[in-house]
Amino acid sequence: MSHFKEFKIKWGMVIDIDKCTGCGACMVGCQVENNIAPMTKSDPYNYVQALTKPRDDASNKLRTLTWMNVYELSNGMAFPEHETAYLPRPCMQCGNPACVPVCPVVATDKNEEGGIVSQIYPRCIGCRYCMAACPYHARYFNWWDPLWPEGMDKGLSPSTSVRPRGVVEKCNFCHSRYLQAKDKARMDGEDPMNLPDGAYTTACADICPTKAITFGDLNNPEHRVHELAKGPHAFRLLEKLGLHPQVYYVSEREWVRKQGDNYNADAGGHH
Amino acid sequence: MDSKLFPEGAQRCSFGKFLIWTAVILAFFLWGLYAAVLVLYNGIGTTGLDNYFGFGAWITFDLAVIALGAGAFFTGLLKYILKIKQLEKIINLTVVVGFICYSGAMLVLTLDIGQPGRAWFGYWHPNVHSMLTEVIFCITCYCTVLIIEFVPLVLEQKQLNKIPFIHALAHNMHVNMALFAGLGAFLSTFHQGSLGGMYGVLIGRPFAFREGFFIWPWTFFLFVLSAVGSGPVFTVLVATFMEKLTGKKLVDFKTKALMGKIAGTMLTVYMFFKILDTWAWATGYLPSVGLTFDEMFYGMVYGKWLLYTEIVLCGVVPAIMLITPSIRNRPALLYTAAILDCIGVSLNRYIFTVQTIAFPAMPFDQWQVYNPNWVEYASSIMIVAYGFLVLSLVYRYLPLFPQERELN
Repeated sequence: MSHFKEFKIKWGMVIDIDKCTGCGACMVGCQVENNIAPMTKSDPYNYVQALTKPRDDASNKLRTLTWMNVYELSNGMAFPEHETAYLPRPCMQCGNPACVPVCPVVATDKNEEGGIVSQIYPRCIGCRYCMAACPYHARYFNWWDPLWPEGMDKGLSPSTSVRPRGVVEKCNFCHSRYLQAKDKARMDGEDPMNLPDGAYTTACADICPTKAITFGDLNNPEHRVHELAKGPHAFRLLEKLGLHPQVYYVSEREWVRKQGDNYNADAGGHH
Repeated sequence: MDSKLFPEGAQRCSFGKFLIWTAVILAFFLWGLYAAVLVLYNGIGTTGLDNYFGFGAWITFDLAVIALGAGAFFTGLLKYILKIKQLEKIINLTVVVGFICYSGAMLVLTLDIGQPGRAWFGYWHPNVHSMLTEVIFCITCYCTVLIIEFVPLVLEQKQLNKIPFIHALAHNMHVNMALFAGLGAFLSTFHQGSLGGMYGVLIGRPFAFREGFFIWPWTFFLFVLSAVGSGPVFTVLVATFMEKLTGKKLVDFKTKALMGKIAGTMLTVYMFFKILDTWAWATGYLPSVGLTFDEMFYGMVYGKWLLYTEIVLCGVVPAIMLITPSIRNRPALLYTAAILDCIGVSLNRYIFTVQTIAFPAMPFDQWQVYNPNWVEYASSIMIVAYGFLVLSLVYRYLPLFPQERELN
């Protein structure tokens, strides 16, 4: 069953929703960094595909692979009171993950110093039980063979493995960057287990034009996220379910904070 | 033409008629096989599943047939361990139906997992905390037990049984069958439970999450009870359907009514706890996570009518019908109750599989609706056709019904 494991280092994110413009750069940065295949309708290598319906293109949002996904929030009011907000949603790297204990083959684990929930693609059997378990929809399945249109394969990152059809994948806080940051620290004669703020950051945090995403070690007082996560306007998604996400959100707007959890049975609120 | 192979003293239709019947079944089977090939070759993208509905028609089908196949282990338990002699008249059929259900479910699972070649990882890299690991263990082991239980029936085939060694082997397997019945009951109870546990442990899914006893959520026990509350009458329905098709009496009504009584008793116990569980979930757990009972339902497609149909029309009603002797002992009413009961348990599996993941836990998320496509239907129908085929062959050539001679 679920088990809590405490880590000395706890990588986490603080996302300032008030700064997010919903531009989607984080989603693009994530796709490029992590070799996520674009959705292509036809597969020139598969003749059997012609017998049946074509593959999905990117317009089918229930089939796309978006480790980082931006949700649009609305306060539900009519103009001129109407307000929107954007909520980027990576994997929450939960402290008490719903997905880890359910995997029948230990293809996902929370076992490494840093508290990142891993996904072991060569071991995943593709049963999708973890997807059924995750209330954040952070997990994605490879419905089709990954395919890069001609020339696009030249842009693949050599440090991130591509995934075959039939396995589940998700955000891993750009884990290859973590490995690189630790390697660099070792080469520089520094302690890889005590990286300075900014030495390891994710692609989405890097690319965000408004700096809405801050990344760092939640346990390290020298990292900005340590304080930001404790701010008066910080909240996490679905805290009542007890999954203890390592991703925090910040908003000064109360209606936005209220959409982080369900309050209908006790205090009323949005749904 | 093949009359020498028929069971002792049994009449069967002509070989030509049998071939036509088989051809019709094979047509359905081939249609499903085509869908299965598409799935294996092109990927699960060919189905109606998506990132919101990782589980769908296939998992519902699996869970439903496994529950309905529970007649095998429970009847075996009652006959071999508790020595209810009357049940020997239907025990062969329960074994064959159980075998079809379990092997069929395993075939569907090989389509359903994205990497069928890695199916054995459940044994190689088992996560002992996962309910699904337990399901993989028990289903594969229990399917083996069912094969062991099925083999003596094959060995009793009239011509095969003339060979002294085979005759002795079949006899000895029968003598030791209590051991396998016991083993089967143990394995089956656990995986029926673990299938329920699979949903009950989902801490991130308020629709399914349940507290429980030790490591087992309440759904663990509810799934065991609902399976034994419906499996026996499913076997009765199969027997009755075969009687209608063949125009013969195959099992006496007394045995059927006894099966109805057994299932009815278990169903009544189940309904008591199911209603209690639903009430505790709606008034205790849901408010604790900021949700209400009403929020668990959406429009017509995931409306409350589903839950009420499951609990009242296909739960309480058949339970009352089956435990009341005057109703149970009237064939038409027994079969009606049995049908309602089987629909109820299938509906329960559907609701736990699909509605659990349809409910958007994040307040800013939307309900999504899942529609299976023809690929999922066709591959499921392939399994049904496979079941028809196995049962047709077994009925034609093996001594499935010990009472057939005296009843006709």
